[in-house]
Amino acid sequence: MEGIKKEYDQEVLKVDSLELNKGFIYGIIGPSGAGKSTLLRIINLLTAPTSGAYYFHGRPVPGNTREQINIQRKMSLVFQKTILFKESVWNNVAYGLKARGYNREEINNRVGRLLDQVGLSDLAKRRADTLSGGEAQRVAIARSVAFDPELLLLDEPTANLDPYNIELIEEMIATLNRQKDITVVIVTHNVFQARRIADQVIFIDKGEIVEMGSAEKIFTNPEHEKTRLYVEGRVVF
Amino acid sequence: MSRLFEGILEAFQLIISLDPDLLHIVFLSLRVSISAIIIAAILGVPLGAFLGLKPEKKTRFISKMIYTFMGIPPVVGGLIIYLLLSRQGPLGVLGLLYTPSAMIIAQVLLATPIITGLSLVGIRAKGPEIVETARSLGADSILSTWTVVKESRLSILGAIITGFSRIIAEVGAVMIVGGNIAGRTRVMTTAIVLETRRGNFELAIGLGIILLILAFVINSLLYNIQKGGQAN
Repeated sequence: MEGIKKEYDQEVLKVDSLELNKGFIYGIIGPSGAGKSTLLRIINLLTAPTSGAYYFHGRPVPGNTREQINIQRKMSLVFQKTILFKESVWNNVAYGLKARGYNREEINNRVGRLLDQVGLSDLAKRRADTLSGGEAQRVAIARSVAFDPELLLLDEPTANLDPYNIELIEEMIATLNRQKDITVVIVTHNVFQARRIADQVIFIDKGEIVEMGSAEKIFTNPEHEKTRLYVEGRVVF
Repeated sequence: MSRLFEGILEAFQLIISLDPDLLHIVFLSLRVSISAIIIAAILGVPLGAFLGLKPEKKTRFISKMIYTFMGIPPVVGGLIIYLLLSRQGPLGVLGLLYTPSAMIIAQVLLATPIITGLSLVGIRAKGPEIVETARSLGADSILSTWTVVKESRLSILGAIITGFSRIIAEVGAVMIVGGNIAGRTRVMTTAIVLETRRGNFELAIGLGIILLILAFVINSLLYNIQKGGQAN
């Protein structure tokens, strides 16, 4: 991304330059209203930037909707507020596969395997809107990775979950990254979570990237005072 | 009170005797209202979905218009259709005035704004976030819109039930454009008006009870479909 700006009534995001590389887990941290979710939505092409250039695999993202959909289909976004369709768990996980025209056998194989992996095989026929928060979020993640996206975007995926489900989801993320080489960008308020799972950490404040670097560096030896104060939990801005 | 009791007895006698004139009135009422509600749903649901997914700012005026038309008095709706279909009207050549088709058109005019307006409200409540979820999973615009309609099916069915309840009980518009011609355009509501004017209160009450029973049966059916949508 180069020179990306997003303005509503006022400027909410200004990214001079950001490059995400394949296979990494990126953690985006920062205070509420810093622009983290906006950045995620722009990456997912759900929100168009006011100005700036966005490249995917080194090529500019076209304005054409059809081509945008093709790029969008290489990634998926799990929202903070889990929206599951009022259908069975199975149909929810199969949604993205059906949208991509996978055949029935492939859909059955992938959905069955994924539900097994997230420990929800027994609930395959259950209506998704009757699940607990943790189960729902596991279904949402399974649904988002069923079609093997190159880029998985997660917006506060463990907010309001109990420690058991947080651990399960963090394990899922790490496993997906390791086994399928899926690049992950996770927005989190929880700096400890970013430290636990991210390779690279991006600290955003007031719509701008203050600092980006390895998790080790950001948490032990940040360049900026603001970053140090934030990761130490002494937020004064 | 005795008239009401006699009306109830009359209703049962009419039902048991399977009076051919009554059956004609009942079937015509059902044919007109069911046809109208199907056409109104075909028009109103996509329009409600389209408007519900547009930013509120851009659809403010048209939403207000639809909400206004939701409350259009049936006689006014009937008058508009009458003027359109009358011999001097722009659609007079079709010769539809005083036919069941004219009654269907009038009821479509009354039900469509209700279905559109209530679908719009239901879809606007959750539509944008469902569209975003669908798009983030790779759905194109057609699939994401269809997903929103499916997800809003309870509100949409509620809109259809409300629209049907309005037109099955409606009398002013069908009276104006249908003319209440025996054996051709007489439906239950217009028959009730006629029998009341004639002083045949028992028959009018009997017809009223049959109308209520039919409305109950059809709405129960739609309600069960709606509840089924919640459970499955």
